[in-house]
Amino acid sequence: MCHREEEKPASPETAATFLRNVVFKAIGLFVALNLVWGGGGVAAKPVERVSLYNLVVPGRLRFPFGEDPIRSYNMSLSSLEAMFASHIIAGRPKSQSEYRVIIIGDSSIWGTLLKPDETLAGVLDQMGLRCGDKTMRFYNLGYPTLALAKDFLILRRALGYDPDAIIWSLTLEAFPRDKQLTSPQVAGNRLEAERAFQLAQLDYSFGDTPSFIDLLYKNSLAGSRREIADVLRLQFYGVMWAATGIDQFYPSSYPPALVDFNDDLKFNKWEPRLLSEKDLAFDLLEAGFKIAGDRPVLILNEPMLISQGRNSQIRYNFYYPRWAYDQYRELLAERAKSSGWLYLDMWDKIPPQEFTNSAIHLSAAGVKEYARLIQKDLSDSLCTLTSK
Amino acid sequence: MIVRLWVNEKYKIPALAILSIVAIYILQPALPIRYLDFWLPTTALLLTILVWITIQPTGIQSLRKNLPGLLLSILVVVAFAGLRYINWDRFLLPSSPPPISGIFFLLILFASIGLLANQIRNRSILLGAFLALIILVFVVIKTPFLAGFASSTFRALNQQAVDLASPLDIRWLGFSYLAFRLLHTIRDRQSGKTIDVPFLNYLVYALFFPAYTAGPIDRLERFSKDLHRPAGKWQTDFLDGGKRLALGLVKKFVLADSLALIAINQVNAVQVNQAGWLWVLLYAYSLQIYLDFSGYTDIAIGLGKLVGIHLPENFNQPYLKPNLTMFWNNWHITLTQWFRGYYFNPLARWLRSRSVPVQQYVVILIGQISTMVLIGMWHGVTLNFLVWGLWHGIGLFIQNRWSEWVRGSLMQRMPSGLREGYGNTLFYVLGIFVTFHYVSLGWLWFAISDPGISMTALRRLFGGG
Repeated sequence: MCHREEEKPASPETAATFLRNVVFKAIGLFVALNLVWGGGGVAAKPVERVSLYNLVVPGRLRFPFGEDPIRSYNMSLSSLEAMFASHIIAGRPKSQSEYRVIIIGDSSIWGTLLKPDETLAGVLDQMGLRCGDKTMRFYNLGYPTLALAKDFLILRRALGYDPDAIIWSLTLEAFPRDKQLTSPQVAGNRLEAERAFQLAQLDYSFGDTPSFIDLLYKNSLAGSRREIADVLRLQFYGVMWAATGIDQFYPSSYPPALVDFNDDLKFNKWEPRLLSEKDLAFDLLEAGFKIAGDRPVLILNEPMLISQGRNSQIRYNFYYPRWAYDQYRELLAERAKSSGWLYLDMWDKIPPQEFTNSAIHLSAAGVKEYARLIQKDLSDSLCTLTSK
Repeated sequence: MIVRLWVNEKYKIPALAILSIVAIYILQPALPIRYLDFWLPTTALLLTILVWITIQPTGIQSLRKNLPGLLLSILVVVAFAGLRYINWDRFLLPSSPPPISGIFFLLILFASIGLLANQIRNRSILLGAFLALIILVFVVIKTPFLAGFASSTFRALNQQAVDLASPLDIRWLGFSYLAFRLLHTIRDRQSGKTIDVPFLNYLVYALFFPAYTAGPIDRLERFSKDLHRPAGKWQTDFLDGGKRLALGLVKKFVLADSLALIAINQVNAVQVNQAGWLWVLLYAYSLQIYLDFSGYTDIAIGLGKLVGIHLPENFNQPYLKPNLTMFWNNWHITLTQWFRGYYFNPLARWLRSRSVPVQQYVVILIGQISTMVLIGMWHGVTLNFLVWGLWHGIGLFIQNRWSEWVRGSLMQRMPSGLREGYGNTLFYVLGIFVTFHYVSLGWLWFAISDPGISMTALRRLFGGG
């Protein structure tokens, strides 16, 4: 009977039945696979933990970031799990002789247009600074977005790698409260950020709480396909990183940082006015100090370009009108003093010619000078505090 | 699937013809020269028509019998051109088609050429002329200098900026494969074979959409038989075709595209800091090019099966072959068979039939090197592809001589136990290893357009500076 049926030429009815069965089975398998994956994904993101870095290829000296992957062998992704898994800090056990210092901050710490060994962490590392009988090793945990919430999340994770001290590089652009949740590392790690804010009793909210179904979809294969693809691509770029040592595209020329401006007085949509601590995310900074516990934290108000061009009497540079930046410096200094924070204000310490394509990006020579200027304070303050 | 399941068998060929014509327009990438992305597929179609008329034994008489098919294909072109007037062009075409008057002008021009050609009683002149024309077009689009010149000319005719002309402006999707299909039928006709296939059959053969962009290069006789073969069990074809399609998609879009991120190229070849990593990048390229190309073939074969056409295989585990000859018998099989049938064998016969006898090894040397150089040039008329062709031509010759020596001398001296036992296996495995590495090193010339960089990379692979 069956045999005779198989021999029959296809009729529209049998074709429809066959196709219906294929489609139903495919949908069933697809849904089941996604549910299984999604269920596991809510508890833990398995793919993001898998990494060839520190295993097959060396860990990166700074976080993965790049808008031009083909040329930089590097790419941006939001998963903190995957970012840390690819970093050298995740693969280098701390030895007895190591004094581990992590540096967090923005693109000026990450090192836009700089090779890994030209960044602040790279230069300080090469100085061979010592703390007692230990050698100070510096880890670049900067990431090129400006938000203290992003720094806070990175710091939380970095504490798991047992740092002895923390350097936190700051600039006003990272402070406005309304900017804190828009960084990809914060928005892309929403659950982790919410948990961190809750534990630190910080008042930041993404708005509506996602439903279980939303979470399930987001963690399913279909919902997280982009994240999975990103993590897999990052592994391939790891091979190129190992093969070439390149993790950034270095153009032969670039537009220099602006020095002439319109008479624009606004900062972050604010007209000139008196700023208070409530406008700025000092609570995140304070929370960072709290979670650091006994570890010494040095905050640096990072150097910036002070332009001498058109309208420089009202703007320091592309980012900041003078009224806003002056108040920020004052507020930060006062807060550091009242809270007993280690604080270095380096805002005007590097000459304008040592800035590259932005008012906060230093040249290699600029970084060297910066490192030379803070070197003594590192040994004196961080190391002394640790000894105590 | 619709063609297979719901189109009546007698409308299968017209349906495939329409699909194939539609596909060549949709698949053609957008080009910066105005309307060229419409003119190129149109020219492919019209060239196919002209070649078909030329190879027909009855010439213009065939036109009358095949008028419905011809009109159908012209109608599809006119319908595409008409999309411009209902603003649907952006959904189906890479850019807006030219005004309909231009299309009619081109159709009239080609019709006139067809009618004029038909007046020429001596078929061999016509066949020779089309052969030369196709080769000329091929050389122009594959030679950067000539393609650049053609781009400048088209730009000037279109009143576009000539200084922006680039060889990349003339990207004629699928022409490499179309040319080989047309040349094959012309050469068969020249050699006296009677080719009497209905127009739509020929059109589907030349422009068959699954194989249009990346092969395989089928033969007309085989394809025609398949086209008229009673449809088998569609469930089997769907299952096999679906599996093959899925395999091809994974090979191409998951594996090959991922490996492309680390495959050796002109830029990274000079950036790599250690020989070991350079080998990794080279291996990645070897795998990537195989998975990419064989993936496309799987997609073509799978799609073909869905519509009931069984395209020939193009790859058969080429990297697991113990010598270079076997590699080339299993890599891009339809292309090598084409060259063997239409170039190598006729050349070898000609050389052997010379009044002054030519040594066998000289025949092999000339035949293999020139064949491989031509295969290299098929990818592009540039120095790197020339060197790649020479690399393989010389390799094939050396392997041929080595095999002769091994058979005639080494094997005789070897103890029979070793010859037939482990020794044989060892030779086989060693052969695979050497062949794979020879082919992989050859990819240096293929992947890198600057032979100087390829040479430096070759030196660095072996520890040189």
